[in-house]
Amino acid sequence: MATEILMPALSPTMEEGTLAKWLVKEGDEVKSGDILAEIETDKATMEFEAVDEGIVGKILIAEGTEAVKVNTPIAVLIEEGESADDIEASSGGESSGGDTSEAKSGNTPSDEPVASNPGSATMPEPETPEDPEIPEGTEMKTQTVREALRDAMAEEMRTDEMVFLMGEEVAEYQGAYKVSQGLLDEFGSKRVIDTPITEHGFAGLAAGAAMGGLRPIVEFMTFNFAMQAIDHIINTAAKTRYMSGGQMSVPIVFRGPNGAAARVAAQHSQDYAGWYAQIPGLWVAMPYSAADAKGLMKSAIKSDNPVVFLENELLYGQSFEVPVLDDYTVPFGKARVWQKGDDVTIVSFGIGMKYALEAAAKLAEDGISAEVIDLRTLRPMDTKTVIESVKKTNRCVTVEEGWPVASIGSYLSSVIMQEAFDYLDAPVITLTGKDVPMPYASNLEKLALVTTAEVVEAAKSVCYK
Amino acid sequence: MATAKSAKKSNISKDELLAYYRDMLLIRRFEEKAGQLYGMGLIGGFCHLYIGQEAVVVGLEAAADEGDKRVTSYRDHGHMLACGMDPKGVMAELTGREGGYSKGKGGSMHMFSTERHFYGGHGIVGAQVPIGAGLAFSDMYKGTDRVTFTYFGDGAANQGQVYETYNMAELWNLPVVFVIENNQYAMGTSVKRSTKSPSLWERGAAYGIEGEEVDGMSVLAVKEAGEKAIAHCRAGKGPYILEMKTYRYRGHSMSDPAKYRTREEVQKMRDEKDPIENIREMLITGKHASEEDLKAIDKEIKEIVNEAADFSRESPEPALDELWTDIYA
Repeated sequence: MATEILMPALSPTMEEGTLAKWLVKEGDEVKSGDILAEIETDKATMEFEAVDEGIVGKILIAEGTEAVKVNTPIAVLIEEGESADDIEASSGGESSGGDTSEAKSGNTPSDEPVASNPGSATMPEPETPEDPEIPEGTEMKTQTVREALRDAMAEEMRTDEMVFLMGEEVAEYQGAYKVSQGLLDEFGSKRVIDTPITEHGFAGLAAGAAMGGLRPIVEFMTFNFAMQAIDHIINTAAKTRYMSGGQMSVPIVFRGPNGAAARVAAQHSQDYAGWYAQIPGLWVAMPYSAADAKGLMKSAIKSDNPVVFLENELLYGQSFEVPVLDDYTVPFGKARVWQKGDDVTIVSFGIGMKYALEAAAKLAEDGISAEVIDLRTLRPMDTKTVIESVKKTNRCVTVEEGWPVASIGSYLSSVIMQEAFDYLDAPVITLTGKDVPMPYASNLEKLALVTTAEVVEAAKSVCYK
Repeated sequence: MATAKSAKKSNISKDELLAYYRDMLLIRRFEEKAGQLYGMGLIGGFCHLYIGQEAVVVGLEAAADEGDKRVTSYRDHGHMLACGMDPKGVMAELTGREGGYSKGKGGSMHMFSTERHFYGGHGIVGAQVPIGAGLAFSDMYKGTDRVTFTYFGDGAANQGQVYETYNMAELWNLPVVFVIENNQYAMGTSVKRSTKSPSLWERGAAYGIEGEEVDGMSVLAVKEAGEKAIAHCRAGKGPYILEMKTYRYRGHSMSDPAKYRTREEVQKMRDEKDPIENIREMLITGKHASEEDLKAIDKEIKEIVNEAADFSRESPEPALDELWTDIYA
């Protein structure tokens, strides 16, 4: 009986890919393990193997086709004696993919606004607000966050010989998440350095290199692994200037994906915003848009301060408008107001902005006008912009992925209480991830994360609607 | 430069011996004074004295060249004095005063000097080891031939980051000399109670790093080994390990009664192996100096230390607004 071969999900966050090349043609006999096709994701080109035996009856998606959604039938396998023509009539052929059946269920398209399902193609691209710092008439180009981060690093490496990139798989592999793609070719192995898997060691080594006058960028494959290195981030990088009475600086950027990706469970899904935001001596950035990722990364590399730069795997593939300027930087400690509004202030940062903006759009349909603020950096934190907004709207909801205890939201709400108490018409609601380790099961993971629906509900609640 | 052992003693110059004597004595008298000021409540917190280990830093500094770097743990007073930092600034940091190297904000364990290429003073056991390799990395990156001395103790030698660092240092051929100051006790735990490795330097072999054991109580042996290690690094052959067999006479810190070893053990070491007495004897028996000459040096050192102590008491406490400075660039 005919079997459909489906577009596989080749990474936890893959939603679609390019069918780069077919290695079989119609009529070929295939055995399990034979390579059927090459599929390009935003991170890598992967070979896709057959699971079942049969004859390639029909190729449904031509090679070179881009943006093929996961689970789309791409070919049909038939058994001897069957005709490929029978297939189109049959609607319910057995599905067969690679060894990705579990990953698929985690990526099943759903209408629910959940973090594990960001859908780079399905989600409407957010409109970038006007930035007063960008001169009027500046040319803009559409870029992913991934490209913007790479461009920022490349521009700074061109400007300053002392800047180098170090981390696991940053060079020859072109980055575990492809953020450093192309950098090895341009800058060579002296400045784009693959490390052994040794986070504690290379974080300390890079901090020492910074004390010795270099300007290292340290990529952690994810910030989960930076816990092995956190002593050097905090005790060495953040404190040396103070402990040396200002004699010595540690100009270093620790960067990498932070927070939940999709279906990678407790040890790989954690938001460190609240952890690092607590540390005097560090600068902490957690951008949402590509323009901010670029501008903040350039500021981070130029800075003589140690910077923790929290990226997000789910945002890497998202596209935004980025200004085409020679040296586009975004200052630390300045929030961005994405949307002006009168009824409620929604404050977020990083991927939380996705839910904040989605919620604001839904609230607008119900006649509630939300002002949406992206903190962009958590240290320094622009509480002034938040306070001004709350004085106008009299209500506030904070949104983040991290846990509730000692969260960014709890700090913000205390500042609001102290500086705008008389302006508040409702208690501040601090939305966070649930107070649990991240579960693996798809349904539980959705439940653990903050959602757009929760933001909508909270905003209505503070508006007493 | 390193010569055969038999020839070494006779070739050593009078000036060299006197310089070692003076430098080691400065550390010892400084530390004794620090202990005294601690007892008077002028120095607070943790204070780890270097008494007994003087030959290690003095010997290695004698082998080093201008521009070479050094980084160590919290037992750092000796390293700072040996590399030429001002005793006044060090003592004033111990008393937490404005005139200290870190304006009183670092204390005994956290001091730095960009001028003297001293990169701390680190309070977390073993953390200075990758930092030291990173300093060496910066020199290699810039194309200089400078070497970094990365000091750590026998206690730190059991930290994982030391071996992460060994691996990278050899992999990338970094010009770093790892100096294990094996004073035989990690706080109260003797080496024998913390590892079954017969020696610490040999662990480098697992990463392809050469090294050797050195009599850390002999400044001449230390200097000779230091020269060999530096030559190895400057020749682009990568890291080198020196395990200095040494001994601290005082407790781990000022608050350590040192019940884990006998009084006799300490006394035996002082009587038989003291690095300063050792050089003193060479000076006298070799007729390089008279008792009178050495007394004059003792007096001179005492004056330097007293001046440092006076400065450390007279220098004002930091201004209150210093609380908020030096956090960010």
